[in-house]
Amino acid sequence: MAEFKETSPDAPLSEKTLTWIDNRFPLSKLFKEHLSEYYAPKNFNFFYFFGSLALLVLVIQIVTGIFLVMHYKPDAALAFASVEYIMRDVPYGWLIRYMHSTGASAFFVVVYLHMFRGLIYGSFRKPRELVWLFGCAIFLVLMAEAFMGYLLPWGQMSYWGAQVIVNLFSAIPFIGPDLALLIRGDYVVGDATLNRFFAFHVIALPLVLLGLVVAHIIALHEVGSNNPDGVEIKAHKDEQGRPLDGIPFHPYYTVHDILGVTGFLLVFCAIIFFAPEFGGYFLEYNNFIPADPLKTPAHIAPTWYFTPYYSMLRAITSEMIYALIVCVLAAAYLGATRANISTLLKGVVVGAAVVAVALLLAIDAKFWGVVVMGGAVVILFFLPWLDRCSVKSIRFRPDWHVYLYAVFVINFFVLGYLGIQPPSFIGERVSQVGTLFYFGFFLLMPWWSTLGQTKPVPDRVNFVAH
Amino acid sequence: MKKFLISLCLVLGIALPAFAATDMIPLDKAPNKLNDLSSLQNGAKIFVNYCLNCHAAAYMRFNRLKDIGLTDKQIKDNLLFTTDKVGDTMKISMDAKQGKDWFGGNPPDLTVIARSRSGQGGTGADYLYTYLRTYYRDDTKATGWNNLAFPNVGMPHVLWELQGQRRPVYKEVMQHGHPTPVFAGWQQITPGKMTAVEYDTAVADLVNYMQWMSEPAQTTRVQIGVWVMLFLLIFMVIAWRLNASYWKDIR
Repeated sequence: MAEFKETSPDAPLSEKTLTWIDNRFPLSKLFKEHLSEYYAPKNFNFFYFFGSLALLVLVIQIVTGIFLVMHYKPDAALAFASVEYIMRDVPYGWLIRYMHSTGASAFFVVVYLHMFRGLIYGSFRKPRELVWLFGCAIFLVLMAEAFMGYLLPWGQMSYWGAQVIVNLFSAIPFIGPDLALLIRGDYVVGDATLNRFFAFHVIALPLVLLGLVVAHIIALHEVGSNNPDGVEIKAHKDEQGRPLDGIPFHPYYTVHDILGVTGFLLVFCAIIFFAPEFGGYFLEYNNFIPADPLKTPAHIAPTWYFTPYYSMLRAITSEMIYALIVCVLAAAYLGATRANISTLLKGVVVGAAVVAVALLLAIDAKFWGVVVMGGAVVILFFLPWLDRCSVKSIRFRPDWHVYLYAVFVINFFVLGYLGIQPPSFIGERVSQVGTLFYFGFFLLMPWWSTLGQTKPVPDRVNFVAH
Repeated sequence: MKKFLISLCLVLGIALPAFAATDMIPLDKAPNKLNDLSSLQNGAKIFVNYCLNCHAAAYMRFNRLKDIGLTDKQIKDNLLFTTDKVGDTMKISMDAKQGKDWFGGNPPDLTVIARSRSGQGGTGADYLYTYLRTYYRDDTKATGWNNLAFPNVGMPHVLWELQGQRRPVYKEVMQHGHPTPVFAGWQQITPGKMTAVEYDTAVADLVNYMQWMSEPAQTTRVQIGVWVMLFLLIFMVIAWRLNASYWKDIR
């Protein structure tokens, strides 16, 4: 416990108050540790705005969510009407609702950019593995949060989107149908589903999300922020133990982030006030039709932020299973002939491949689609152990790494685009190639990331004063 | 790398137009008159007189019409049925079962119909504007009416007295080596109370009203938005200079 401090009787009231609090709660200590004496690298660039922006969007979602819950009715007979009530009869209800609906999409925009930043600058590498793992968990919970929230307006797309995704769980062998029933609480998506999704959306998942965000930030502040050069700033400190290339987060990055927030709000508000539907991507047109369990829409597409994964789900057709079998066999062959492991382990590899092929053939392709979709998110958790390049940042990696990352990003966009479109033959083929590329990028990373000539990493960060 | 990107573009280039092809006729552009109060008021009148018998607009309150320049008294005298109050929503007495019996389907609520019908072909207003102007006589249908924008529609041509009866004229065009009928224009069978131009204007007003009704706050939203953007732009200059003044010491 810290020593009890006394203030002189003629100290100003503010000082007395702060001392009184500090003797009972580590206010000054927390402020110093996380803001005024948290040293962040001075060479942050544009991509470093998105962490604080994600926090801002989280706050926007929570605050607008609270006001929406005051008027929203989680009842299949009333939900749609209560949303229109918010849009019309609640003063500025339309603003609150648009902030929340645009906020959902904005959340994914900033989180995707935030993750991309981590990917290219190696922010997930030792010692920041836990920062990355907490972040991936946040992404996973965020997807569940968005999916469940999307049911609440009870429009056609809400209803049928939920129906399609929940039905996916029924593809799991043995437990699937019962699991889907457990999630829905009914044989079709209905009032019971709406009520439990509401409970998850407004209380259960936000609590988990907040806890994870706190863990993410505590872990980050323990190890310190990475930077675009991937250089450890703690390697060079001054006499007081402060990193030479570090600057106090407050005030330098607080004023910096205010600028970022303003830029973000310009875009965010432009969408809210001038294009809240955003061409049918943020608010889908079909969702202005009340949910009708008897009328299946001609084309059901998830919201844009899920579409890359939805594409991968649709890519796994019964034909694609054979392509997957070829991949498994090729991996087993390489493992058995080229890998530097004991004969026993090689036997295990071959055995596992035989079992995998048998399972691929025995279980319906739909199930493997679900596995691939889930795997596409889960694989992100393993990134810290997949990347074995000797340097962290893309800046000092071989040039072709940059191109590979570029193709990865383009591929992700193409998959996202195809996920919005109705199924087609060409789209299916492209998304199959895209899916193989996505998984190849990660699964082969331990091999390709070691290849090529890296550039010399500087001792200190590159910084141009502005 | 480049080859890969080029082939990707080619593949998507082939794929894209394939998605665009639909059965629907191209939509006419609905005139945007959201700031024209007399158009909105005329649209409201047509809506209440012609639509609000079978269709409800159950999320729309009558007294919201004050936003388009009407007074409580005007609403009460001209637009309300005797039993309604100005604070009521636009409900109807026809029930869902009757709708199903008479039209083969329950007439949808029209409050947000203009928003729901937006899509690749045009805005919801464009769709409604085209749809309400492409009815034609078709004696093979139970109602005696059919529609080019909504083939086999369940709703009869409610505005037929205004427009008169029409029939589409097709001409044969060679497509893929086969003679295919293509829509070429209209033939008026019986005259309506309105000329073609008057009818188009009336439908434009009605659609204008339905567009407004789908989001009554939309004009306010844009007005507030302009001020918000102005504020943010000015604030951005301040934030930029504040940031620069703090960071000038960092070398």
